[in-house]
Formats: sequence, structure tokens, C-alpha cells
Amino acid sequence: MPVVDEAAIGRVFREESGRSLAGLIRLFGDIDVAEDAVQEAFALALRKWPAQGMPPNPGGWITTTARNRALDRLRRRERERELLGEVAVLAPGTGECGTSEEAAPVHDDRLRLIFTCCHPALSTEAQVALTLRLLGGLSTQEVARSFLVAEPAMAQRLVRAKRKIKAARIPYRVPEGRELPDRLRPVLTVIYLIYNAGLGGQADRGLCAEAIRLARLLTGLMPDEPEAAGLLALLLLIESRRASRTRPDGSLVLLAEQDRRRWDRAMIEEGQAIVRGCLRRNRPGIYQLQAAISAVHADAATAEQTDWPQILALYDQLFVVAPTPVVALNHAVAVGEVRGPAAALALVEELDLDGYYPFHATRADLLRRLGRDNEASSAYERAAALAPTAAERDFLRLGGRAAQGAESGRRA
Amino acid sequence: MTQYMLSVHSVEGEVRDPMTEEEMRQSHKQLAVLEQQMHSAGAWVFSGRLHEPDTATVVRVSAGEVLTTDGPFAESKEHLGGFYVIQADDLDAALAWASKVTAAIRTPIEVRAFAAFADRPQAFEQFGD
Repeated sequence: MPVVDEAAIGRVFREESGRSLAGLIRLFGDIDVAEDAVQEAFALALRKWPAQGMPPNPGGWITTTARNRALDRLRRRERERELLGEVAVLAPGTGECGTSEEAAPVHDDRLRLIFTCCHPALSTEAQVALTLRLLGGLSTQEVARSFLVAEPAMAQRLVRAKRKIKAARIPYRVPEGRELPDRLRPVLTVIYLIYNAGLGGQADRGLCAEAIRLARLLTGLMPDEPEAAGLLALLLLIESRRASRTRPDGSLVLLAEQDRRRWDRAMIEEGQAIVRGCLRRNRPGIYQLQAAISAVHADAATAEQTDWPQILALYDQLFVVAPTPVVALNHAVAVGEVRGPAAALALVEELDLDGYYPFHATRADLLRRLGRDNEASSAYERAAALAPTAAERDFLRLGGRAAQGAESGRRA
Repeated sequence: MTQYMLSVHSVEGEVRDPMTEEEMRQSHKQLAVLEQQMHSAGAWVFSGRLHEPDTATVVRVSAGEVLTTDGPFAESKEHLGGFYVIQADDLDAALAWASKVTAAIRTPIEVRAFAAFADRPQAFEQFGD
């Protein structure tokens, strides 16, 4: 029998708590009741499993135990006797462990929970926090740390969000038909934000894994939504470059300079297979197109072999569905590779992105390639001043010094 | 069922594209149709439009005496201009009505649930499917 220690139970918690919680929220109609019950069930597991071994279906055990605990508590509360009658109708066969009813409807419950957590009536911050807390099984402390927010502030944010769900009666269901596209968008955004929070310097890397897990879950639950698949592919393809993205000192390595042998082939293959599936469906969207761009990069064995015309064509398409200045900037980078830095610079100069450091970094690089090293050097400095992490600042200042060096070298 | 207040806030002195007479007529017609829909769907509970805030009077108890003063209570520039009280299954249903109202009158609508209904311990039916 495998050793059942705290770490093993922690893994079960990460994997199963969202599922149990989602089922219990449907049953009890109350997030707090469900959360308390699931916590209690895991506390019990921590006491029992190390001695008795893990049950054959740990998730089912947790759900059943949590449900029984919650029912016990409700039974004890005299004034809620009336509610109990309704629970009994919803939950026949309480009191027995491992009844078969856990198996079937739970997937839908997690999908309901995602849509409730990411309801547009909640702020984006609240959506992200709730999703991590309720579906990801992160503690309030972990969620707070991930977003560099003090724990009491994060606890307050979660309490407020849950209170709003209850008071405003934000529904616990999967939106249908016409409303689905508008409601799916914030769900995808939340998962993407969670991933990006994990990419940043100080934040918890576990967030990236969590975002991929959520994207995988969503794709499994909504196989007909190409954008969900596109998001999963995009995250896998970005994640495949993790080992080569930073130096041991934490500084960043540009895509062109990364050691491609260290890219994770399994993730690339999975991501590219999803992209091919999306292409066949031919219902492009922002995540699918970004994934496709990432997939083209992943195809090139060396930076020089990158199929830039293909990438440029994809950015053209992306700009049609997402005509934002940031997309225009990336489009200009591709233009720089296909038609040269002068054509790209002309496009970049028209963008209104003064507060966005990649704008200055891109401008700096194009100026450097055009031999306008003084201008390049001040653009690098501007980029460095705006960069959010020390690693990025160092990297940009290094670029600035290189440009300066080139200038004085030519002068000498 | 929960009751929701859909409140129409007007901003004093706010420059909006003034509606033409024709647009005004269209807007009134749309509202009439919408209210009819609310009635037949069983959603309508009560609705009303208020006079301008400068017609308001405030009463309050101060040092044991009832004080009556002229003018609106809130100092702010935003005032409640009118409201609907509707009943709906959940927030999504309430938001659907609110979207129709805002489309007709082109003013933002705030949607809030009445506490007496949502906080009654009837939560079990809320999450049923």
C-alpha cells in the first residue's frame, strides 16, 4: 500500500476538493456550508488515512463525508429543520459511503461553479480569487500570496464576493445558447490571468500548473468550445518554454536566444495537436490564433528557421478579431522580421502605448537594428524604468548598454 | 423568487445626447411594451418615476425633535430618477429585464436584490437546476 502522508492527502485535496465542493454547493445552495464541510472532511482524512490507508475512491469519500457532516450540522440546527426536508428530497441515500450518485453529475457541478465564480457581476479580482479558492483548492493565504495582497484583504475580498453571490442570487448554472459566448469570455480571461500571475517574478509557479489544470478541465467539460481548447493549447505552448525562459539568476531570455533543446516536447506536441484540431473547426478566436502563433514558433528548430510570413499572416487575423494596440505592436514585430526594421518602426511609432514597457523595448530593438543607437539606448532606458520585475529591468538595461557600446564602438 | 430593484439614476446637469421628439416617442413606446411584458411574465411588482430631486423634503429626528428640511437628502449629483421592483428567479433573469430597460431609456440601471427575500433561509431552491 502506498504511504499516505500529508503530502499525498494535499495532492488529493488539490485534485478533488473543487469537485466535492461544486457538488455540495449544488446540494446545499450555500458556498460557506459547502466549504466548511469539505474542510472538515479533509481534516478527518488527515487523521484517518495515515493509519487506515486511503479509500479506493478518495474524492468520493471526501464528498460523502463532507455531505454527511454538513447534514449533521444542519440537523443540529433546530431553526433550519425546514431546510432539511428539502435536502432530503435532493439527496436520497445520505449516510452511506460511496453511493454511486457521486460519479455522474459532478462534472457539470464544476462547470456550474466556474461560471458562478466568473459571473460578470463580480469584479475580475473577485472572479480570479474565487476561482482559485473554490476550484483550485488554494487556501486564502495562498491566493493572497499569489497576488501580493495581504491575507486579511484577500479574505475580505472573498467574503464580499460570496456575500454578493448569495444576496444577488448569482445563479449556479451553465449559461446556454446565446448568452454562452459572453459568459465564457470572463472564464477564459480568469484562467489566462491566473497563468500570467504565475509567470511573474515573485509569484507562485504553481499558478501556471493550476491554470493549465483549469483550462484542461474546461476543455474536457466544453469540448465544443474552440476557444477553451485554444486557451489550453496556448498555455501548454507557453509553458513548454519554461526551462529556457529564464537564466539561473532570474533574468529573461528572448525567444530567439532560448535553448530550444530544453523546450518540453510533450507539451509542444499536445499544444500543436490541439491547434490542428482548432484549424479543422475553423472558428478562430483570440486564444486559438495566439496558440497558432506559438505553435509556429515551436516548429522552428532554430530562431532563424522561424516561419515569419506565417506568423505575420496569423497576426493579421488576430488583429481582425482583437484590434488592440498590444496586438498591433506584436504584429509590427512580425513585420520587422518579414519586411525589415524600417517598415516595423513606422508602424510602431504610430501606436499610443507610452506606458507599456514592451512598446519601448520593441522600439529600442528596431532602432538598434537601424543603427540609431543613441535613440535605441534612451528607449531601452525608458523600457527599463517601466518594467515590472527586476529581471526584466536588468535585461533591458543590458540591451541599453549594448546599444550604447555599439554607438561608442562605431565612433572609436 | 427574489425581488430586485432596478433603479434609474439621473445625473444632475449631465450632458447627454438629447433625444429627438421621435426618439422620445419611440422610447416611451418601448417602455410601455416592456412594462406589458413584465406584467404578462409575472415579473412586475411596482414601478414609478420621481419628480426632480429639488422637489424633495427630508425629515429627521434631531435632539428629540422632528426637523423638516427642504431639498434632497444626498449631496451628490446623482439622484434616483425612477425605479422598477420586479421579481425574478435569479440575477441573470433580473439582468435580462434591466438590459431591456436600459436599451429603452439609454440610462444605466443599477440592479439590487431586496434583502428580505434573498436572506430568508430558502437558499436550497436557489441552486436547483
